[in-house]
Amino acid sequence: MKTIAVIGASLAGLSTVRALRTEGYDGDIVVVGEERHQPYDRPPLSKDFLKGDISADALALGSAEEYEELRVRWLLGRRAVGLDPAARAITLSDGQELHADGVVIATGAGARTVPGADGLAGIHTLRSLDDAEALRADLLNGLPRVVVIGAGFVGAEVASTAHRLGLQVTVIEALDVPLERALGREMGLLCSSLHTDHGVRLQCGTGVTGFSSGNGRVTGVHLADGRLVPADVVLVGVGVRPATDWLAGSGVHVDDGVVCDTGCATNVPQVVAVGDVARCPHPFTGRHARIEHWTSAMEQAGTAARTLLSGTSAPPPSRPPYFWSDQYRIRIQLAGHVLPGDRPELLDGDYESRSFTAVYRREGHPVAVLAMDQPKLFNRLRRTLVPAVAAAAP
Amino acid sequence: MITVCRIEDLPPGESMRVTDGVPAPIALFNADGAVYAIDDTCTHQDASLADGWLEGCFVECPLHAASFDLRTGRPTCLPAKAPVRTYPVTVEDGHVLLHVSVGEPV
Repeated sequence: MKTIAVIGASLAGLSTVRALRTEGYDGDIVVVGEERHQPYDRPPLSKDFLKGDISADALALGSAEEYEELRVRWLLGRRAVGLDPAARAITLSDGQELHADGVVIATGAGARTVPGADGLAGIHTLRSLDDAEALRADLLNGLPRVVVIGAGFVGAEVASTAHRLGLQVTVIEALDVPLERALGREMGLLCSSLHTDHGVRLQCGTGVTGFSSGNGRVTGVHLADGRLVPADVVLVGVGVRPATDWLAGSGVHVDDGVVCDTGCATNVPQVVAVGDVARCPHPFTGRHARIEHWTSAMEQAGTAARTLLSGTSAPPPSRPPYFWSDQYRIRIQLAGHVLPGDRPELLDGDYESRSFTAVYRREGHPVAVLAMDQPKLFNRLRRTLVPAVAAAAP
Repeated sequence: MITVCRIEDLPPGESMRVTDGVPAPIALFNADGAVYAIDDTCTHQDASLADGWLEGCFVECPLHAASFDLRTGRPTCLPAKAPVRTYPVTVEDGHVLLHVSVGEPV
């Protein structure tokens, strides 16, 4: 293999570049990035960076020296628009055609939005550094009423940051219980109560039907129940959509992401996928689903690199999926995978103090652990979790 | 020099965070009988290494799993790239003594 093209200058893309070099690959590496930035860390975009505590420089994942050592050729500010596996060719948005023996798909996902949001000033999504800078500018422009649509983790973190900036925040969630899919009903209610603990209004069980505006700028959010919530700034945090449009017609199997085996291999030889865009069977959860966690992007990279270089699917990372969220100065950590019916059991602390560790059990086996501000116990327990296959056994 | 605790209060496998009398928090570990002291805050992002997972002479950050060698302060894997400072620590007459003025970046 003489040239590998990594499509996506992300954590997943960069981690794969690093892994390729660690594995001894000595050929050319080209990284294509839609954004003009070199790879940066996204989690702080809704937290410290949005609040203004850290600068964009602090988000950089690598350094000039490291990139020189890795011998990466960057093609930034342009995106891949087509892949022709037979010709081993990737077409870019500037018309350039790249040829590569191996392709790493690391295009991630894009923020979903809601109808009526396009073209109105004051309405934001948050995915990229540029998104975060635009949102921050709007949060700091002296208009106090912030509405967050979607009480998922990005929405909750933005609400928390806006609250700490002294703004009046309302969170609107279409589901009756926020985070129910990730945490179950009981813990979803508990985590979302952090909003109301801090005087942030939380309105659940009602969708958004549109926006009111004046002079091209949003002035309010229309709810399905007929109410209008006044808004100066709106953040739409309603999930993501994998960035796979560019693969149409390529023959790469796409179905809610790039469909992969456990080794990150796609159905096309010498084409692998990593990160948010990759839908791999997970040995811990037993599910064939995309995992949008920072940690997964880091861990999958080694697997993808070994698969690409060896031509056979490498063993996948087997640790339970893990993510964290910082809200209202409380650190939430979850490892494992929660299914409906898994019951959380309090192991330490108490729910009222917002400092606790709870373990979810399935057939008596620990399958997930959730903690607020108890990292030490959390990290002990995450090592005791049992994979879904084993937990399902009587 | 700071007298931190009695050695019984820091048994093997345990860790402790020191915040009094030091410029920045320091984490102490008893790794199978040997006591080590390093900066408590991970060099990657804000997390307390005293809350980390101790395995041999290495501690894994509780937030993003960066690992540091307690003997040198050097990170052994990403996402951390910068070392933590190490501090001399001794056990005398059953007391854990932290020598804070001497530690320098590796």
